[in-house]
Amino acid sequence: MKMCLVVDDSRAVRKVARRIFEGLNFDTAEAVDGLEAMAFCKAAMPEVVLLDWAMPTMDGLEFIKLLRQEPGGDAPIVVFCAEENEPAQIAEALDAGADEYIMKPFDGDIVASKLAQVGLL
Amino acid sequence: MTPGSLDFLSELVRVRVGIVLKGEKAFMAETRLGPLARREGLESVEALLIDLRQSRDERLAKAVVEAMTLAETSFFRDPAVFSHIRDVILPALAAARPDGMVRVWCAGCSTGQEAYSIAMLALQAQAAAPNLKIDIIGTDISHRALEKAHSGIFTQFEVQRGLPIRLLLEHFEKAGDTWRVSDRLKQAVRWRQLNLLEDRRSVRAFDLVLCRNVVRYFEPETAKLVLEQMAPALAPDGRLVLGMEETLTASAFEPAESSIRVYRRKRQVSQAAA
Repeated sequence: MKMCLVVDDSRAVRKVARRIFEGLNFDTAEAVDGLEAMAFCKAAMPEVVLLDWAMPTMDGLEFIKLLRQEPGGDAPIVVFCAEENEPAQIAEALDAGADEYIMKPFDGDIVASKLAQVGLL
Repeated sequence: MTPGSLDFLSELVRVRVGIVLKGEKAFMAETRLGPLARREGLESVEALLIDLRQSRDERLAKAVVEAMTLAETSFFRDPAVFSHIRDVILPALAAARPDGMVRVWCAGCSTGQEAYSIAMLALQAQAAAPNLKIDIIGTDISHRALEKAHSGIFTQFEVQRGLPIRLLLEHFEKAGDTWRVSDRLKQAVRWRQLNLLEDRRSVRAFDLVLCRNVVRYFEPETAKLVLEQMAPALAPDGRLVLGMEETLTASAFEPAESSIRVYRRKRQVSQAAA
């Protein structure tokens, strides 16, 4: 089973995302910020990371820049899932190495649609 | 809602547009006609239907039928179909035409996502087929759907259904809480109101006809008739694309890529029409 790491400082968002990914037959793990996510990835790279932007300690943009420099860090599909919805911000995330981008609020259809686009479904 | 009102509604929609309401009819009627009833200043959907049965008001009848037939749609619905259109169908059609002009008809285009998807694909396909030009016409029975399609304005939810983020940034601009398609895409598509059940007096030749997730809502005989009528409107080397869950009932076509519901005219039919 493919592993999805859900990175978000909101417990409610993590819960919703976990339910969606489990419904799509993914194993899921959770991290509350970029720092925790990085520790997880160094131990074992997940197939996909669902990544919030604004988080304490280390935000999503810092995380993805570090992840992409790690050995094997180019492998995970990274899908931002954030409140930020200005075109310039989205472009910044893509330039930093994001594969797809979800603007909150989101639902299961949007997640499935994005995963299909990056070839994970 | 009373069974009598529900029967009246079902019959109205069937006679006007050939669509057979299935499944949770009462629920569908409540959710789709509720906003219309409020706009009309009526207290319920039942009151709206009683009013219509008594008055036979043509304007109201049209509004009711429109509201009941608005279809769900998304960008690039069934990605494999759109990849095939971009990589195979559009380049082949362009190559076979001296001016490279490919004429596309989106029949039952609803709020326009499919037509705009084709316009985006055509721009991508131009990388491999530089002479490709595209002319897209989207038709639907619903004026409201066409108004929205023409406006090119979509909600944040809508632009996240099927549309890759890079295409969103490339072809849309943010306008407040919504996203608006670029002028470049808008210029590629024209919109017309059309009931597929009506006899068409002027028949134009199209090279690609998309009629996806439309005939599945018709009675079998009506579906067959509607598709047969499309044959003369399709160029001899043209393609007809149906929805993934639809099966071809018309004898004027034969499969070209049956796994993704792409059809072409049968040879003898195109000769007879030539």
